[in-house]
Amino acid sequence: MATMVTGTKEITKKGKRVADRGSGKSGPNGHGSRGNGGDPGGGDLAGRFEPDRYRIGMWVALAGIAMLFTALTSAYIVRAGWVNDRRPPDWRPLVIPRLLWLSTALIVLSSITFEIARKGLKRGEESVYGRWLLATVFLGLGFLASQFVVWRQLVGQGVYMSSNPHVSFFYLLTAAHGLHLLGGIFALDYLLIRTWRKRQGEFEEKKRLALAGAVSLYWHFMDGLWIYLFLLLFFWR
Amino acid sequence: MAAHEISGEVHRHEAPKSFIRKYIFSLDHKVIGIQYMLLAMTSVLVGLIMSVLMRMNLSWPGTKWPILGTLFPTGAPDGVMSPEFYLSLVTMHGTMMVFFVLTTAPQGGFGNYFLPIQIGADDMAFPFLNMMSFWVTLVGFVVLILAIFVEGNQVVGGWFSGLGDWMQGGSGTVGPIGGWTAYPPLSALGKIAGPGQGAGMSLWIISIAIFCVGSLLGALNFITTLLNMRTRGMSLMRMPLTCWAWFTTAVLALLAFPVLLAGGILLFLDRTAGTSFFIPGGEVLTDTLITTHQGGSPILWQHLFWFFGHPEVYIAILPGMGATSHILSTFARKPIFGYRAMVFAMFGIGLLGFFVWGHHMFISGMSPYSAMAFSILTLSIGVPSAIKTFNWLGTLWGAKIRFTVPMLFAIGFVSLFVAGGITGLVLGQTSLDLPMHDTYFVLAHFHLVMGVAAIFGMFAAMSFWFPKMFGRMMNETIGKIHFWITFIGVYSIFVPMHIMGIIGMPRRYAQFAENGQSIYHFIDPADPLVKFVTVAAIVTAVAQVLFYFNFFWSIFKGKKAGENPWEATTLEWTTASPPPHDNFAGVVPTVYRGPYEFAVPGAPNDFIMQTETDAELASHSKGTSGNGHDGHGH
Repeated sequence: MATMVTGTKEITKKGKRVADRGSGKSGPNGHGSRGNGGDPGGGDLAGRFEPDRYRIGMWVALAGIAMLFTALTSAYIVRAGWVNDRRPPDWRPLVIPRLLWLSTALIVLSSITFEIARKGLKRGEESVYGRWLLATVFLGLGFLASQFVVWRQLVGQGVYMSSNPHVSFFYLLTAAHGLHLLGGIFALDYLLIRTWRKRQGEFEEKKRLALAGAVSLYWHFMDGLWIYLFLLLFFWR
Repeated sequence: MAAHEISGEVHRHEAPKSFIRKYIFSLDHKVIGIQYMLLAMTSVLVGLIMSVLMRMNLSWPGTKWPILGTLFPTGAPDGVMSPEFYLSLVTMHGTMMVFFVLTTAPQGGFGNYFLPIQIGADDMAFPFLNMMSFWVTLVGFVVLILAIFVEGNQVVGGWFSGLGDWMQGGSGTVGPIGGWTAYPPLSALGKIAGPGQGAGMSLWIISIAIFCVGSLLGALNFITTLLNMRTRGMSLMRMPLTCWAWFTTAVLALLAFPVLLAGGILLFLDRTAGTSFFIPGGEVLTDTLITTHQGGSPILWQHLFWFFGHPEVYIAILPGMGATSHILSTFARKPIFGYRAMVFAMFGIGLLGFFVWGHHMFISGMSPYSAMAFSILTLSIGVPSAIKTFNWLGTLWGAKIRFTVPMLFAIGFVSLFVAGGITGLVLGQTSLDLPMHDTYFVLAHFHLVMGVAAIFGMFAAMSFWFPKMFGRMMNETIGKIHFWITFIGVYSIFVPMHIMGIIGMPRRYAQFAENGQSIYHFIDPADPLVKFVTVAAIVTAVAQVLFYFNFFWSIFKGKKAGENPWEATTLEWTTASPPPHDNFAGVVPTVYRGPYEFAVPGAPNDFIMQTETDAELASHSKGTSGNGHDGHGH
């Protein structure tokens, strides 16, 4: 506890206490989550900080993103004729572009490096955190570059968005995933920039951990989503 | 920062000083809530004017309205509305109302303002996201307005034509002509599919996609706030039913809007990138065979759209249900009947809402087996809806009702919800839906239940919370006149429409006569009804001036309101009107009881605030010396 200023239990006329989060569970017999969010601290910044917010918010956001890709998947299933087992005549699936294996390797690696970074942060080793975070950013950029090269190769072979429905879905799904991953890279950059800040202390430490936790959820989700899309597009036929 | 650590009370963001940070790009959920309300109050005017124009064209086809001819020389030459112009009015009326009124005000407006206060939080979980969600939504609104002018105005229509075939505008309509459901293939083929289907349709899709993003940001914020920011003592089952309603609505929005977004992206690609997700082969349009597309499925769009579309009607109505429950209990001076049942019924409605989208597609040629399943699921929504209705009636039963304006609107909500919902049981059955689907019967059904009932929920909420938001009361007399004209008006509009529908009058038709001669003789008997409905619609529309006048006049001249003018119990009534920047002036409220403790036997008043402890109650009622209130339950 860096700056413990525990609430003075000042009772107002209606029995409300001023900004005292610490002794959450006593008093009223019901409980909201603000009072007992696992912060043993007092009424200072560190005590008020609610790390759950980022985690909950991220899970909710991921539910929304999952619905987007579920909807696109259902469109894919319908268009591919899986519903009535009649493959439409214009359904001519792509052969797996070789480079996609590289993409897959890069993004799986990036999840691992992110976890190494987070482990470092948990142990309080700032330099480990920063270094492996940077590695994760580069792996993420590498993935995007690799995806982009695949697109260029396909265009070079005369395979366009409008060529056939499987290719349409390939471009659409990789683009949608790529855009989301780009958002993840911006989030990683933000984490990196935060490590350069001079400000230290318990609040900053907690905030960094909470943010890194939320971004890691997102990043691993994007990793898993890519593997799912890869399987959907090329293996589940 | 240092100052805060000493004082021990921290607001996550400072009260802003400059005008722009305070009123325009504000992070304060209260300001953002009011911004959402003003957006809805603007959109609803556009939508309302469009509906009156439609009614006038239906009743007096071929009449010259010079102002229309001046404004839209192509769409209404000499002031006579062309059928395409009428259809574009249908489309934009629906889009405006469903998205920018029914989705923004109840959730983004009232939810934003009151959810944090009612759970004792100082703001939303993510204030910046909250601000973004409003501004993104506003951009969506601007794009939709642009869609009106890009088709209606030759000059604006030329602005984007350089972008390609899909942005050709200037067809004289006020937007696309495919309805708010934008069914492909016509919506997917571009300008060749008819007036308004070029730039108007493209901008419509872009607007809706932007709107989806804004709504998703909002939903994310609502859910996190409710789960993470409740104050001490505010357990889930002590939340006001309004909070449950906003929470359920946010969950629905979170899961439904991404599906619309996905559909919108696919539709947009069909229009611009040459793909064929929704366009089947062999389409012939204006004597041209479409050769560039094949193999897509228009029905796929219907599935994606209605998977969103059905939850969307609950997104519109659930906040109204929450507000109604809250207000009925307050002015009946009784606890809400069956609190727990209300919560579960609300979730039941939300959950079932995801499995019934097929009832919008009975006429799409779906398998009778699927139709049967959708039909049974649809009818089963009647169960939680009936639970809610009977609990509302149970709350009113034997009560000494205070007939204030919010109470009148809340009772009106119950009435309209029943009147509109009951025909849902008719339309939920495949055999009845098939002949009725494209008639005025459906129009009457959904306008009563999701349109007007939701609007009544908003009127109730506005008149109820106005004193809290602006520190002044709305005028009671004007409010009552407004209520009665509107209440009688909407029934006069929509009850006759059921009859027209049963006669077989098809909806979406611009006119039923040619050169003054009726061409569909089977609907001739409905002619007086058609004119009656139009008169009722005009009267009701004009009566809304009363509301707008009352709203703006009361902000400046209304009677001053105290902290708790309605003698209500929930947290928003424990703070100043309007609440300070952090809602409770540095105090974190602690909650000791449920939200609807009215007329508790032995209590000193007929209402007990959520923040009052039992000890405080005992000290208030000196004479009875603690006899009574041990006996009260929840």
